[in-house]
Amino acid sequence: MTTRTFICRCEDVTVKDCDAAIEAGFETIEEIKRFTGMGTGPCQGRECMVPLCTLLQERGVEGSDALAPFTARPPAAQISLGALADGARESTAIPTPTSSPEGEDS
Amino acid sequence: MGRRDAPLPEAVDLAIIGGGVMGLATAYELSKRAPERRICVIEGSYLVSGASGRNGGGVRSQWGDAGNVAIMRESLAICRGLAQTLNINLWFRRGGYLFLARSDASAARLARNIAVHRSVGAPTEQLTAREAKELVPELDVSNVRAATFNSEDGVVFPWPFVWGYASEASARGVAIRTHTRVTGLGEARHAGHDGYDLTLHTGESLWARRVLNATGAWSPVLNEMLGIDLPNRPHRHEIISTEPLKPFLDPLVVDLDSGLYFSQSTRGEIVTGVTMHDVPGGEDDRVNLGTSLEFLERMAANLTAVLPLARALHPVRQWSGPYDISPTATPSSVALLDTPTSSRCVASRVMDS
Repeated sequence: MTTRTFICRCEDVTVKDCDAAIEAGFETIEEIKRFTGMGTGPCQGRECMVPLCTLLQERGVEGSDALAPFTARPPAAQISLGALADGARESTAIPTPTSSPEGEDS
Repeated sequence: MGRRDAPLPEAVDLAIIGGGVMGLATAYELSKRAPERRICVIEGSYLVSGASGRNGGGVRSQWGDAGNVAIMRESLAICRGLAQTLNINLWFRRGGYLFLARSDASAARLARNIAVHRSVGAPTEQLTAREAKELVPELDVSNVRAATFNSEDGVVFPWPFVWGYASEASARGVAIRTHTRVTGLGEARHAGHDGYDLTLHTGESLWARRVLNATGAWSPVLNEMLGIDLPNRPHRHEIISTEPLKPFLDPLVVDLDSGLYFSQSTRGEIVTGVTMHDVPGGEDDRVNLGTSLEFLERMAANLTAVLPLARALHPVRQWSGPYDISPTATPSSVALLDTPTSSRCVASRVMDS
């Protein structure tokens, strides 16, 4: 890998970007994800997690939680909002009106 | 800007517990006002691991309470120069906030709010359904009775706020220790002053003349150590972001009747959530960061009704974050973006004490 190699192809995060994160004191995958944005694109870490682990090991980053993968987020498989909306109509009552945190008016 | 091995002094003037945006901004504001004071920030996990890193990044002055409107307007004014001051890219995009009302009660609420906004000089406009659709042609406004729009409101990417405050506080000598939990907190005298002893999970300890509990929704745990019982409790909110689309949506849209909100981030994703008062598994008074299918389905049903093109979109990830809620059901900190103002207020209080 060169410094211009992409670790995360969804979000264009390079080895150089990850090195800058390590330099700034971020030494776990969770932190590097947040500092660089790696793993937040459509693949959700499926492609970039292993190359980042390899890089961290090469850089001698230690610590029991450093190489732990970041939290896996649902949904596990692609599903459209249309399908989810139809599921809601079949499986539950029509959504109850509630007020919004964004709409909280106090 | 925050390390697990950052050295901590044996004694400090102020120990801030919690490396979220509030703790770090307060550290920054205080270090500017009183460079001689020794300040440290102790974070149990990593920076942005809490609510500061788990929100939708909305910034608005459209509130129903004149005090909140004033705080947010001041924050929006500070934000204009914050990218330069903190040397960060906020991804601050002022597309405005569009509120939709689909019931008489909500329309009346918007009418009340607009009067409050005008009383403090916020430029909120009353819109008809047709005017709302002119702003966002993709909306289905068939049931919309009234709308309001404020062009000063907008969205930010929340993480850089935290990095910016951390980095500037650090440059001013604030010690920022991450991945370190406070396991004990008790009153103790040191060098003739009243203060507190802090015990850390690493076995270290330090004395602080003042302690600021900036752990937000996690704060009841620390308060219990001092026998303080405050009625704030965590309330879990879920949120998703979708695959990115070409930019088409300027304002953040709020549907008052369903509690739905959605915006398009500068990266193109639709970021959206819906309030669940009946939080699945939300009875606990401790923070719970789970996610639920109930939320996903309710959000999808409401979003696709207002924004039909969303039917074809796929969520990329779903996560949750806690609001720190007071007994009046008002988030104690109304949003991420009251921080530029409220951290100044807290720093002034600490200066005076």
